Amino acid sequence: MSEMVTDDPLVIAGAKFGSRLIMGTGGAPSLDVLGRALTASGTELTTVAMRRVDPAAAGSVLDVLTARGIAVLPNTAGCFTAAEAVRTARLAAEALETTWVKLEVIADEITLLPDPIELLDAAEQLVGLGFTVLPYTNDDPVLARRLEQAGCAAVMPLGAPIGSGLGIRNPHNIELMVQASSVPVILDAGIGTASDAALAMELGCEAVLLATAVTRARDPELMAAAMRSAVLAGRLAYRAGRIPRRRYAKASSPPYQG
Amino acid sequence: MRIVINGEHREVPDQMSLERVVAAITTSATGIAVAVNGEVVRRASWSSVALAPGDEIEVLTAVQGG
Repeated sequence: MSEMVTDDPLVIAGAKFGSRLIMGTGGAPSLDVLGRALTASGTELTTVAMRRVDPAAAGSVLDVLTARGIAVLPNTAGCFTAAEAVRTARLAAEALETTWVKLEVIADEITLLPDPIELLDAAEQLVGLGFTVLPYTNDDPVLARRLEQAGCAAVMPLGAPIGSGLGIRNPHNIELMVQASSVPVILDAGIGTASDAALAMELGCEAVLLATAVTRARDPELMAAAMRSAVLAGRLAYRAGRIPRRRYAKASSPPYQG
Repeated sequence: MRIVINGEHREVPDQMSLERVVAAITTSATGIAVAVNGEVVRRASWSSVALAPGDEIEVLTAVQGG
């Protein structure tokens, strides 16, 4: 591909990534399938969760990432309070030797929606501790602004609830966030298929984070390749600038002069 | 003495070090983090931390998620 297409890195907190697709690892039927999907996705940054050691576990997700040179982004999935999230982030930093964290503080198990009060509290604390904080947030431009003011390195609004595959329910709010934000807006959660990922990028998001849409697809490796193409296509379309929508036709050929 | 390791009650020798507790759970040298009674204990301190009866120890690692 030409340099015009490829020389467009994602930059978060000064770190550059050649891919604008950030992957999650949840839901894959096996580490082997996960590894092939990650390779097909072209991702350079991928999330993991922190859980109790299972002495019976065979293989490690960390080995899958390390073997592919993919940077690890620990999350705080499963945390309901700021205190839990801060502790989990500190444990992840200790285990994985990174100060980056995907901050998740959810309100309940039914919706898995972020709890905005606890989220902002946790973000402020973690920024104070020197973390590079990437918060999973509601599609709320005001909350995004508050997270940015708190020092977050990106804001990651949901398109729809985690694992729902409902796509981007409020594209207008995502656009508002993109226009107002000086840190990257990364669409996180709700992606169902490739067109959802392309739309996120066309709206001006700097990247897309997804897991379920790939890991629970009939063919995860193939869907990962689809997402890779969709994110690139959406990004190129955003940079190229789409034509305005018109009510009536506009001829694309010059008038016939016979 | 009795302590709690990852939610399970265990009987261990008195004054057992945190390092030995971790070694009993996992042989992995990397990707592990430990909290005692909710406080993160850095790897460099594992050998010098003596446990007390009733201590609750969490030994965590990265798994698929997010």
